[in-house]
Amino acid sequence: MTTKLFGEPVRRREDQRLITGKGRYLDDIGHTALAAAFVRSPHAHARIVSIDVDEALDVEGLVAIYTYEDLTGPMAEPLPVLIPHPQLHSPRTGFPLANGEVNHVGEPVVMVVATDRYVAEDVCDRIVVTYEELPVVVGVDAARAAQHAVHEEIPDNIAARHHQETGDVEPVLAASPRALSFTQYIERSACMPMEGKGVHAKWDADDSSLRVYTSTQASTSVRAAIAAKLDLSLDKVEVIAPDVGGGFGVKIVHPWPEELLVPMAAIALGREVKWAEDRREHFIGSAHERQQRQEITVGYDDDGRITALDVHIWHDNGAYTPYGIIVPIVTATQLVGPYAIPVYRVIVESVFTNTVIVTPYRGAGRPQGCYAMERTMDRIADELGLDRALVRERNLIQPDQFPYDHHLTFQDGRPVIYDSGDYPGLLVKLKDLVGWDEASRLRSDAEARGKLLGVGMALYVEGTGPGPYEGGHVQVLGSGKVLVSTGLTSQGQGHETAFAQIVASELGVPIEDVEVTTGDTRRFGYAVGTFASRAAVMSGNAIALAARGVREKALRIAADVLEAEPADLEIDEGLVQVKGVPGTSIPLRTVAVLSNPLRYAFDEAARQATQFAKPGDDDKPPIAEGDAPGLEHRDYYSPIRSTFASGAHAAIVEIDPATWEIDVVKYAVVHDCGNVVNPMIVEGQVHGGVAQGVGGALYERMAYDADGQLQNASFMDFLMPYASEVPDIDIDHQQTPSPLNPLGIKGAGEAGVIPGTAALASAIEDAVGRRIASMPISPTELYDLVRSPDSEMTATAGRRAGTGVMA
Amino acid sequence: MTSIDTERTITVTVNGVPREATVPVRRLLSDALRHDLGLTGTHVGCEHGVCGACTVVVDGAPVRSCLMLAVQVDGAEVRTVEGLAREDHQGGQVLHPVQEAFRECHALQCGFCTPGFLMTIAAGLEARDNAEELTEDEVEDMVGGNLCRCTGYANIKKAVHHAAAAMKDADA
Ligand code: FES
Ligand code: FES
Repeated sequence: MTTKLFGEPVRRREDQRLITGKGRYLDDIGHTALAAAFVRSPHAHARIVSIDVDEALDVEGLVAIYTYEDLTGPMAEPLPVLIPHPQLHSPRTGFPLANGEVNHVGEPVVMVVATDRYVAEDVCDRIVVTYEELPVVVGVDAARAAQHAVHEEIPDNIAARHHQETGDVEPVLAASPRALSFTQYIERSACMPMEGKGVHAKWDADDSSLRVYTSTQASTSVRAAIAAKLDLSLDKVEVIAPDVGGGFGVKIVHPWPEELLVPMAAIALGREVKWAEDRREHFIGSAHERQQRQEITVGYDDDGRITALDVHIWHDNGAYTPYGIIVPIVTATQLVGPYAIPVYRVIVESVFTNTVIVTPYRGAGRPQGCYAMERTMDRIADELGLDRALVRERNLIQPDQFPYDHHLTFQDGRPVIYDSGDYPGLLVKLKDLVGWDEASRLRSDAEARGKLLGVGMALYVEGTGPGPYEGGHVQVLGSGKVLVSTGLTSQGQGHETAFAQIVASELGVPIEDVEVTTGDTRRFGYAVGTFASRAAVMSGNAIALAARGVREKALRIAADVLEAEPADLEIDEGLVQVKGVPGTSIPLRTVAVLSNPLRYAFDEAARQATQFAKPGDDDKPPIAEGDAPGLEHRDYYSPIRSTFASGAHAAIVEIDPATWEIDVVKYAVVHDCGNVVNPMIVEGQVHGGVAQGVGGALYERMAYDADGQLQNASFMDFLMPYASEVPDIDIDHQQTPSPLNPLGIKGAGEAGVIPGTAALASAIEDAVGRRIASMPISPTELYDLVRSPDSEMTATAGRRAGTGVMA
Repeated sequence: MTSIDTERTITVTVNGVPREATVPVRRLLSDALRHDLGLTGTHVGCEHGVCGACTVVVDGAPVRSCLMLAVQVDGAEVRTVEGLAREDHQGGQVLHPVQEAFRECHALQCGFCTPGFLMTIAAGLEARDNAEELTEDEVEDMVGGNLCRCTGYANIKKAVHHAAAAMKDADA
């Protein structure tokens, strides 16, 4: 059947407009809108002494200037702590415009509205803000030392102390045959979508209603936040995510100050107002992620089996905690990966620094957790002189152990219970795919060419599709068109295609008839958002359930007309027919017409449904009790807990000892996200994730100086990979469907990025024989490390050199 | 108070259509295309010449429209993503081979970088002799100056080969 498209590499339906320049991104909207621009703090930590706008007032085209003094009611209060948590004992958030103090470079201080962006920036240049500088805290170590405080009333700089344990770790460690401890670091990177954030607001004074377009991952929640902050009734606010030029997490945070201030100005001025973030603003005014210091102690036996794991992490949360401690919790709970850890204790101290806030970036704490766990495996193997793959294999959760309960509490407040998986299967495929057992031959070959070659691997398990819920609405029109909507948003994941495939398959209609809308509160008001690899799992299943509801109703109505039992009917190519009786059929669009008894005939289709058109049963109401007009259904999917996807990556690197350039010559991925809706889209997600993983391991770093100035706030200096930096990727698949949801799917959006840092650190360490304990690593840093007398040689390198170190 | 801008009226052929616009002298070409001429298919990812999202073709050569002033294209021919496809005899649209290839090879996700890649590749492929084999190095060179945060480039490179093959077939 042509309509069964689930699982097929269907070409994307969104592409036609995007390849012809007809996409509609935020800055493509509102041609006549006024433009907003911001004066942002040039200091990392300072008190605002005065704001002088006199010089700016006579710039032609200036419309309005706003400072904190102009904010009233809820707008004058701090921004919300979106995800409170009992262990987040000292949450702090900023104000929409700074209230007397700034805590990072880039914090908005003044908003200017003018006739165009050029003029608005002219005005910004002429506004003089006088600051009294305060001591600056940069980096986890400085925050932890607490010589200075980011927030005066929190002298230890600690926002949260997140703690989970599955047993009494200390006695088990003490009794372990072997133990080792080490400390490692991982640096800051950022989502860096190619399109920055942006907001457009239009106030209809006659209707007292507000329409906001924003480049967001959570339109329903932005809507609620705007209504609350601007004292508007929810029904008077519509929020729409237009085409969004990438998100990767940064656009799940909300309300950004600009998402409140731009609508505020639009209402006050009675004019359309727009703000499109520029690249420098995105670097210093959005969010970063990843920086942690990890102190790890592991107990294990002579075979390399872990007996206990004790982890203490210092996590840099930046200046504020609007997104709670989601990233630390994810690191803490996903760290254990595919392994059975008998006793585990984790403490994450989340600390304030005078830097941009830290909120989820694709992977959201998982790359750090994976880095901690996988590098622990490497250390154990190194100590024991065992194959790194073997040590991993010995610690894996086995296929017959599902559901596997880690006795931890996940970011959604639900238990970390793995639903399904086959981790030994992943490892076998990975070793084959990368040629793991060939490594020593490859190493000698490379050596003959004067190169240092190393291999590394990393495995992960990823909780995807957390609740609480998503919804879907499916409606068949009299024209035969099938309208589908869900509240969560899209940033390039191909939802218009994947969700259409689901509906086409469930309902039995041609995909050409299906039209999907996401992220538009006019169409669907209840939603959570697009993050945590949850869209396919959550909205995919909700939409499937909604389509099943429509199907059931269609069969019921058609059964009446065709004088058959619903169970004997099927829908194919948009035609409801009696199974095995070709010709006994009724088009689904006619069923849609019949489902809505009419008084007025406004077109040909409607004529067939008017009250005189068809003989009704005089004893029954036109709409049966408990029924509703229209061939439509709305349903929700709300899982008991997340579903857990998994995967394994391996990398081969070649290093040139003349330049210390690190060349990733092979990158292998084995991936398991359960049932796949569209394999082409899933592979695309893996490619993109791996590119970000490689970028995070080798190139990307937010370079703050001691004064809290971001030294590389441009694409010139912050090195995102171009085509020349991303290796070719070999992919193999495994499918262990999730038993938790009707479609058996698991999320795929973030997976590709998770193990990159761990796998590449492992490969580089293998190549150079020096301990790699700080990532990312550049050729210069590698050169310095290898030359440094303090750098630690691995036991493996000692063994290879025959020096007998730890051999 | 006077504006610090002075304005110029420029005439420029955009996608084959002569257009006139009065723009401040400091207006970037990217802004003029997007906001004065309403051609929002050209995107702005960095405004400092590094990402290539704003790439358009000026007098046959791909340029970064965020690094050019609008007044610099006075008298020039500019081609943007909106001008890549051509009309067929029935008034329908025939996509450029590189547009077809991008869809076929899943070479775009969010689509924000896409117009810049399309213009760079179209100019690159049109400038070479399609009869010759396209090497992997050539492809990497061609797309190596544009940033994409979504796709990891594998499918973009694939699409270049795909488009080159289609153009070769069309020539043959
Ligand atoms: S916007 Fe012109 S190169 Fe980035
Ligand atoms: S497709 Fe999103 S940046 Fe390239």
